[in-house]
Amino acid sequence: MTEIKFKLNGKEQTLNTDPNRRLLDVLREDFKLTGSKEGCGEGECGACSVLLNKQIVNSCSVPLANVDGQDIVTIEGFSKTKEYQVIKDSFATAGGVQCGFCTPGMIIATQSLLNTKPRPNDYEIKIGLSGNLCRCTGYNLIIKSVKLAAKDGDGLW
Amino acid sequence: MVESHIAKTLEDALKTLNSGKFRIVAGGTDMLIQNRSHTGMPIGYKDNVVYINLINELDYIKEDEDNVYIGATTRLETILKSENAPKILKNIIHEMAGPGIRHTATLAGNIANASPAGDSLVGLYVLDASIKCQSVDNTRIVKIKDFIQGVRKIDLKSNEMITEVMIPKYDFSRFVFKKVAPRLSDAISKLSFVGAIRIEDNEVKDLRMALGAVYMTVLRKEDIESKYIGQSIGELKNNIELIIEDYNSFIKPIDDQRSNKEYRKQVALNLIKDFIMKS
Ligand SMILES: Cc1cc2nc3c(=O)[nH]c(=O)nc-3n(C[C@H](O)[C@H](O)[C@H](O)COP(=O)(O)OP(=O)(O)OC[C@H]3O[C@@H](n4cnc5c(N)ncnc54)[C@H](O)[C@@H]3O)c2cc1C
Ligand code: FES
Ligand code: FES
Repeated sequence: MTEIKFKLNGKEQTLNTDPNRRLLDVLREDFKLTGSKEGCGEGECGACSVLLNKQIVNSCSVPLANVDGQDIVTIEGFSKTKEYQVIKDSFATAGGVQCGFCTPGMIIATQSLLNTKPRPNDYEIKIGLSGNLCRCTGYNLIIKSVKLAAKDGDGLW
Repeated sequence: MVESHIAKTLEDALKTLNSGKFRIVAGGTDMLIQNRSHTGMPIGYKDNVVYINLINELDYIKEDEDNVYIGATTRLETILKSENAPKILKNIIHEMAGPGIRHTATLAGNIANASPAGDSLVGLYVLDASIKCQSVDNTRIVKIKDFIQGVRKIDLKSNEMITEVMIPKYDFSRFVFKKVAPRLSDAISKLSFVGAIRIEDNEVKDLRMALGAVYMTVLRKEDIESKYIGQSIGELKNNIELIIEDYNSFIKPIDDQRSNKEYRKQVALNLIKDFIMKS
């Protein structure tokens, strides 16, 4: 047992738990934040993506120990922001969502990308989303969605 | 039960390593998968672990006239975005994993993992990088080719950790990095290659080549390289069959689920040929 403190969706949290747990499990079990999904459990699919200090990480591959004192935002926390509204609307408009399993991760990846590159080109979008798999859309519609978000939200990032 | 300790200073990490048998976890992206347990269960480490990724004082990229210095907790993504990291290394990291992994994984972790398919290693061999190893009472610097001793075998004592990677600055006229893998980023290399050459007044001043995943460790043959230094670029190309012959016997890939050995060997030789002929 170790005391782990971190900011989660804007609120300070303190846990007394095993630091060897995966961040994904802590989010889903202790906080019931189930927007982060477990796809592969090996860092390959991006379904578990969250923001660590504003940057995308795969929460299935992050030991809880590594978030002590850090800032975590999940899709639930991110959904309260203006940036989320823009990204969500553009995914809906451009058809970037089908079954939706990959979508929370795709939205987190989009935010992480736009945060460092507010006006990405196609290549930069592909790189930004390269850790996120989608079984349904074939990616083109997702790339279109990200472009639309960058355009509609110009100035936000 | 295994003990785990979160170190936030170098001093704390070194003291912990000196106090018993501890495995080091940086980003944990290799450690987690190697010790994976069931969903919902803590990572199943077999030994005590010391977490080092929150040691801020080791998160840096510095340079002086001769070298670039990369601290052990510097994330791959930080290196990728930095102005002063060597271009060869940046090209390699660009093709390692996706952004989510690169934001936590470290270069030191890729080195210490000592996988024959570790992508950074081919670059670090060609760049003649050195590794700084520190313990509570000692600091030593080892060349990368001596640090890596075999598959998952490194020259590191149980009370030591890597604190820095030192890379000499060097201007090549041309270099290439090729990674042969089923999918560019999120995939383990079947084979990787770095070739670098410095040409001045049509003369080969320096020639370096390294191959990953064709042998137990990265393959770099400085004795072969030096045979061709001093030749004109035309002579070098005329000697291509000799060069291929020189490397032929050293490329001894193993069969595994990723690729068969005949395929790997042929691709390796083709990459060497292609690099020389386009120089
Ligand atoms: C989805 C995915 C894709 C990947 N893609 C690639 C790829 O394309 N190419 C590639 O080469 N690798 C890849 N990897 C493997 C891995 O991400 C890299 O090897 C990474 O650089 C490891 O860094 P880390 O900080 O996470 O290491 P950790 O997992 O923390 O540690 C790895 C090893 O290094 C040791 N170690 C760590 N830091 C130190 C230190 N400072 N001193 C001494 N020992 C230390 C640990 O004890 C352990 O043995 C991938 C992994 C995943 C999950
Ligand atoms: S569940 Fe984490 S990357 Fe697939
Ligand atoms: S929409 Fe179904 S996996 Fe992407």
